[in-house]
Amino acid sequence: MSVTADSALPEQRIYARWLAAGSHSSLALLAVLFVVYLTGVVPPLVPVAELPNYWGLSAAHYAAATGTPTGWRWLELLGRSDVMNLAGIACVALVTPVCFARLVPEFVRQRESMFAAIALMELWILVLAASGLAAG
Amino acid sequence: MLVGAAAPEFALAATPPASPVISPWWVWPLALFLATFLIGIVAVLAGVGGGVLFVPIVSGLFPFHLDFVRSAGLLLALAGAISAGPGLLASGMASLRLAMPFALIGSVFSMVGALVSFTVPADVMQALLGITIMLIVLLMWRARKPETYAGSRRDRIAVALGLAGVYLDPVTGRDIDWRVQHTLAGFAAFAIIGLVGGMFGLGAGWANVPALHLLLGVPLKGAIATSNIVMSIVNTSAAWIYIERGAVLPMIVTPSVIGVMLGAKIGARLLHRLHAAVLHRIVIVVLLLAGSRAMLKGFGLWN
Repeated sequence: MSVTADSALPEQRIYARWLAAGSHSSLALLAVLFVVYLTGVVPPLVPVAELPNYWGLSAAHYAAATGTPTGWRWLELLGRSDVMNLAGIACVALVTPVCFARLVPEFVRQRESMFAAIALMELWILVLAASGLAAG
Repeated sequence: MLVGAAAPEFALAATPPASPVISPWWVWPLALFLATFLIGIVAVLAGVGGGVLFVPIVSGLFPFHLDFVRSAGLLLALAGAISAGPGLLASGMASLRLAMPFALIGSVFSMVGALVSFTVPADVMQALLGITIMLIVLLMWRARKPETYAGSRRDRIAVALGLAGVYLDPVTGRDIDWRVQHTLAGFAAFAIIGLVGGMFGLGAGWANVPALHLLLGVPLKGAIATSNIVMSIVNTSAAWIYIERGAVLPMIVTPSVIGVMLGAKIGARLLHRLHAAVLHRIVIVVLLLAGSRAMLKGFGLWN
């Protein structure tokens, strides 16, 4: 069987392009939002000077002590700089699901049913993890 | 819609501090940035992922809870992997088709590992982290030297998935053919790697490369490059669990991500000047110390 150089495979080129766009934009956003957080231009939910009192607590205790929302409820607090930064981090974690969402139709177009199914299952796992449904 | 003005006020006044704070708040994030900068340099030079060094060192030396350290470890490995990924894919050194089936298994177990980790008491997690680091040290210590690829016998699953390819080695200028073997054992290995990575936020470079190279028979450079793609996918599923659980603190994550990425750039420049074998031994010693510290902390012998 002859093999094709992976760099020439259309889905690999598409994935690389989308990954590049996603990683560059999300990491740049992360850096910008962190500058906003550090400068104090936008007020945080938890004042930075108070953070050392709480970062030694477990995630559950931290959320309870500071009123920081869990799940997707942080979307309601995007006007706070620390929560804005969490959104930046979420953007970094969104890059892979978005790339997989683009891969599924590409494999379908190529009639590569096995890889279309793998891409779809991967996307489902990532959405399940992000949705909070996996945690029950 | 999303308005800060409508946000509930910070509940600090109602809650007593966890511990008295002496130094100003910015000392620890700054120290974290410097530490992760060094970790970034060493990780590249020693050929290990940043996460495997970050979690034991930072959980042992910094006052942050292990929940936040684990999530930062995962996210810095993820950030590094997605930024290196496009170049590796475009060059053909990494194979997306090779990464996908193993990353799917790894993602499921990484998510399970992250979920399980929140049900385990913190001291038990510390002790388990210490034991895991010791096992990783053993793996690194006993790892066989990279072998020249000499072909492999493909199994039925590898044939069905078409797990074979070719890439151009830019150093030798030669085309390198690869074919996967022991696919089923590979699935089992990536399930374990995903579980451990998700639980402890260790990234997975330390295990992905041996699994791809020594078990599946992928040539070393292809294994290193594809490991990066696998890591970017597997860490994403666990990262979402940590975000969903509120276990992500931007003040810990962002300085770490920036520090490791800057350090990695310096490390890549120093790569040809330093003796990698010596550094590899130094990393093993550092991990031994950090792993011992995590175990002693977990068993309540050194808090």
